[in-house]
Amino acid sequence: MMVHSLPILLMEIGFMAMLLVVALAVLRMRSLFAIVMLQGVYSLLCAAWFVSLDAVDVAFTEAAVGAGVSTVLMLGAMLLTDRDANPLPTKRKLGPLFVVIIMGIAMFYALGDMPAFGDAHSAVNTGVGAQYVQSTREEMFLPNVVTAVLASYRGYDTFGETVVIFMAGLGVVLLLGLNGNAGKWRAKPNGQSVAAPSQPPVKMAAAAKPVKTAAAKRKPVRRKSAKPKAGGTS
Amino acid sequence: MNQHLLLQVVSKMMIPLIALFGFYVQFHGDFGPGGGFQAGVIVASSVILYALVFGIEAAKKAVPPSWVRIGMTLGVLIYGGTGVATWLLGGEFLNYTVFAPQSTHAAGQHWGILSVEIGVLCTVTFAMLAIFYAFASRMPDLSGEDW
Amino acid sequence: MITLFEHYNYAIVIILMMIGLYVVFSSANMIKKLVGLSIFQTSVFLLYITMGKVTGGQPPILDPAEYESHGGGHESAPAAAHGSGHEAAQASHDAVQSAAHTADVIYSNPLPHVLILTAIVVGVATLAIGLALVVRTREMYGTIEENEIDELDYLGNLEGHAG
Repeated sequence: MMVHSLPILLMEIGFMAMLLVVALAVLRMRSLFAIVMLQGVYSLLCAAWFVSLDAVDVAFTEAAVGAGVSTVLMLGAMLLTDRDANPLPTKRKLGPLFVVIIMGIAMFYALGDMPAFGDAHSAVNTGVGAQYVQSTREEMFLPNVVTAVLASYRGYDTFGETVVIFMAGLGVVLLLGLNGNAGKWRAKPNGQSVAAPSQPPVKMAAAAKPVKTAAAKRKPVRRKSAKPKAGGTS
Repeated sequence: MNQHLLLQVVSKMMIPLIALFGFYVQFHGDFGPGGGFQAGVIVASSVILYALVFGIEAAKKAVPPSWVRIGMTLGVLIYGGTGVATWLLGGEFLNYTVFAPQSTHAAGQHWGILSVEIGVLCTVTFAMLAIFYAFASRMPDLSGEDW
Repeated sequence: MITLFEHYNYAIVIILMMIGLYVVFSSANMIKKLVGLSIFQTSVFLLYITMGKVTGGQPPILDPAEYESHGGGHESAPAAAHGSGHEAAQASHDAVQSAAHTADVIYSNPLPHVLILTAIVVGVATLAIGLALVVRTREMYGTIEENEIDELDYLGNLEGHAG
C-alpha cells in the first residue's frame, strides 16, 4: 500500500537520505562553525519534509525557529566560546555506542506495533483529532484548524507555552544581562567600590598549581596561530 | 568605499518588508498557516538583521532594551488579561464565547483568538530580541582568535 | 520486510534519534552536545508528524465554502421569509453542494501539529538557556570541554574554594 505517488516517494527518500547524511556529518565533524550550520540545514530539511506531510504550520515554525533564530543564537554563543571541539578518545565512544545500539534494537523491535504510515483508521487519526476538525467546521467558523485548536480548544496549553518563552528570555537576561554585563558589575557599598576579583576563582586555582591537564595534551586542529589554552595564564 | 555598502542598501529595503510580512502572517493566521509564534519570530528577525548589518548599537537605538523588557511581560499580561476579562464577563477562564454571546458565527471566539495571538506575538518577538541582545552585547573573552 | 516497507518513516526516525542521542552522550564539547540535542528533538517531531499524516489528505485548513453554508444557513432563513426565493434556492443549493463536498475531503490530523508547534518553541527556549549557561561556563573555567572542566573543578576543590 503506497502512501504517496512515485515522484513524492522519491522526494521523501531524498529527504531521508539528506537528513541521514547531515546527521552523520554532525557526528563526525570537529569544527563548531560547521556543526552549527549543519544543524540549521537539518532543520530546514525537516521543514521541507513537513510540508510534504501536510503539516504547513509546523513547517513554517520549524523553518523560522529552527533554521532561523536557533542558528543565530548558536552562532552568537559560539563566537563567545570556542571554535573547535577536541578529538574524542576511543574509550569515551564505546559506552554511548553500546547504549545507543541496544536502544535502537529495542525500538526496531517495537516498530511492528506502530500504525502504518498514512493509515486513516489508526487510533491516532480517529480520536480527538477528527473531532477537532468537525467541531471547528461546526462552531468555530475559522479555516485554520490548527490555530483554532491552539488558541481556543487548547488555549490553556498555549498560555503555558507563552510563559515558557517569557521565562527563557528572563533566564538569559539574568545570566548574561540585557546589555551583556551580568556578573561583571562592581558593588559600591557605602560609597567605597569593592573590586571584583580579576579572574574567577577556578582559574586562579589552576594557575596557582600548574598541572598537566588535558588542555595541554590537546592536539591542535590545523590552523595558523596557536590558541590560548585553559589555565588563565594568558 | 564601505565594504558592506551593498548589504546595507539591500537590508534597508528588505527590513520593512520583512516586518510587514510578519504582521501579515500574524493576522492571516486564522485563514492560512501562520499565527503568533511564526509572526513573532519573523518580526524579531527583521530587527536581528538590522543589528547584524548596521551594528548592535544602532539596533539598540531603534528598539531600546527598555522596550524589550516591557514587551516580554506585556505579551503574557495580554494573554492572561484575556482570560481575566472572560472571568469578569461571567464565563470561565479563556472561554471566549462570552465576548459576543449572541453572535451566530462565533464572533466572540474570533475576538478572543485575535487577542491571545497578539499577546503571543508580543512575548515571542521581545523574548527573541532579549536573547539576541544578551548574546550580542556580551564581550568575548577570546582575543586574538582568528578563523 | 513488508512491515519495514509500511513503517519506513519510523525506521528513519529511529536512526536519526539514535544518532542525535549518541552525539549528546559521547561528545565532550558542550555546544556539540546542544546541537545533538537539537537533532534528537527535531527527529522526535518527525515521529509525531508522520503519525498524523493521512493518505490522500490535505493540510488541515478548511475550505470556507464548507462552513459558510452553516453561517449562511442562519441568514438564509430570514431571507426566505423576506420572499427572495432566488437567494434561498441558491443558498440551499450551496448547502447541499458543500455538504456533499464535505463528505469526501480528507484532512490530515491536526492534533500532532498543535503539540509539535508547542514543542518546537519550548525547544528553542531550552536551547537559549543552555547556550547562556555554556557562555558563563566558558568565562568561569576557560574551556567548554567536560573533562577539562572536571579537572579544573577537582583542582579548585583541592584548594578549598567553594566552586
